[in-house]
Amino acid sequence: MKDDVPKIRLRGLSKAFGEKRVLDGVDLDIRAGHGMVILGGSGSGKSVTIKCVLGLIAPDAGTIEIDGRDVLAMNRREREELNDRIGMLFQNGALFDSLPVWENVCFKLLAQKRITRRAARDKAAEVLAQVGLAASVGDLSPAELSGGMQKRVGLARAIAAQPDIIFFDEPTTGLDPIMGAVIDGLIVDVVKRLGATAVSITHDMASARRIGDDAAMLHKGRIVWTGAAAALGNTGNALVDQFARGEREGPIQMELRR
Amino acid sequence: MLNPVAAVGRAVLSACREVGALALFALEALSHLLRPPFYGRLFLRHLVEIAYFSLPVVALTAIFTGMVLALQSYTGFARFNAEGAVANVVVLSITRELGPVIASLMVAGRIGASFAAEIGTMRVTDQIDALTTLSTNPMKYLVAPRLLAGVLALPFLVLVADILGVMGGWLIGTTKLGFGSTGYLKATMDFLEVMDVVSGLVKAAAFGFVITLMGCWCGYNSKGGAQGVGAATTTAVVASSILILALDYILTEMFFAQ
Ligand SMILES: Nc1ncnc2c1ncn2[C@@H]1O[C@H](COP(=O)(O)OP(=O)(O)O)[C@@H](O)[C@H]1O
Ligand SMILES: [Mg+2]
Repeated sequence: MKDDVPKIRLRGLSKAFGEKRVLDGVDLDIRAGHGMVILGGSGSGKSVTIKCVLGLIAPDAGTIEIDGRDVLAMNRREREELNDRIGMLFQNGALFDSLPVWENVCFKLLAQKRITRRAARDKAAEVLAQVGLAASVGDLSPAELSGGMQKRVGLARAIAAQPDIIFFDEPTTGLDPIMGAVIDGLIVDVVKRLGATAVSITHDMASARRIGDDAAMLHKGRIVWTGAAAALGNTGNALVDQFARGEREGPIQMELRR
Repeated sequence: MLNPVAAVGRAVLSACREVGALALFALEALSHLLRPPFYGRLFLRHLVEIAYFSLPVVALTAIFTGMVLALQSYTGFARFNAEGAVANVVVLSITRELGPVIASLMVAGRIGASFAAEIGTMRVTDQIDALTTLSTNPMKYLVAPRLLAGVLALPFLVLVADILGVMGGWLIGTTKLGFGSTGYLKATMDFLEVMDVVSGLVKAAAFGFVITLMGCWCGYNSKGGAQGVGAATTTAVVASSILILALDYILTEMFFAQ
């Protein structure tokens, strides 16, 4: 594939829920094999953007290209084949609480019949080890895990089938700073090992600089800034700098009362 | 804005839309029963959940219904010196109507609620979206096996209810109303026609479909966290109970109208 074709290209992506316009023409290019971090306030539509790319939400307007192919024009089978190569860590984990951890981790491999149930336990142990969990965790139910462990199991589930695009929706939110750094390290690690394109959503600037090569800021339904993640905090863009430094005064006004 | 005609029109339109969407939902689920992969393990689990674990509830209600029926019809028929008809009335009422309806209402309470709550929770915690990203069609994985299990389990439960209901009548008939045991059973068998039982079992299959469909549908479309799941559960039970009674009338017309 040519280097100048972005892995994922969004153009004019729009989505409204009822009266509420959440996305209002999102344009974004995501480079293959790199980490992209999407920043934005709570409720700014970051999760919705990712869910549009995954085909979980149908946008009202705009185009989504992956590897140069228009995914919105795909039929069901093509879409499913594409999803086979994509991994996703959901914001709240979304682990299947009716299944033990090992079945969660190997769910996709089992669904694709790339592995037998007998072999899945060993495979699960192997993937759990990659995210720093003992093999014995495999026999627990997700409800028995702490928040940090759930994130790690979610991460293991997202990478088990060796995807070439991985989405991480707020991977470190709700974790203590050390656990957050550990998760970030794991993400950087697996992405490097798989050579995957990683798209992460985060509010956490330290985390953004650790896991991102590039960064983009979503504000009022549009991408208002893109640049290097390393530059966050002194980008020269007032919006981004206010957000990155967490300042109360600035162009972003919290809509506390209406 | 508050024009009553417009309000009625809107309500009718939204009801039509809802019914149409429900029909499409049912058709899609059924189409998945014809296309692999098939989830035999899940189907068996739901079959056991419905058929086996509903047995105590269905058995108890059926026995008491048969007992009450014998008692009441005896009191009624004694006025016309027609006490001999008790066995006939019991077996007819049970096999044609009360067995299917009462068993199904009990199952609607148990299974409709549990399916709606389980699938609803999966919806609001993104587990259904997670299925899609893990190469699994949620309709095929969650809905199709449940529908099939419901359609097959209910006739079995109703057969049990028929037998125990008649036993309940026999119990009261022989211990309290002074009928001879063999005479009562002979009257029962003489009067019973195959069509009575068969029509009841066909009804049962239809009710099983309604119960599982409403449970899955309400759960699948729930939104808004725990409260939404609660509302979905209530709706599933209420709607399937009403539909069971309405459908019972329609099917009775079809089977027994002259
Ligand atoms: N399925 C949905 N139905 C209605 N509104 C939704 C839905 N999903 C998201 N929203 C709304 O869209 C907005 C953006 O949500 P989201 O993308 O989850 O925000 P965030 O940037 O914090 O991830 C929120 O206001 C949310 O209420
Ligand atoms: Mg979000």
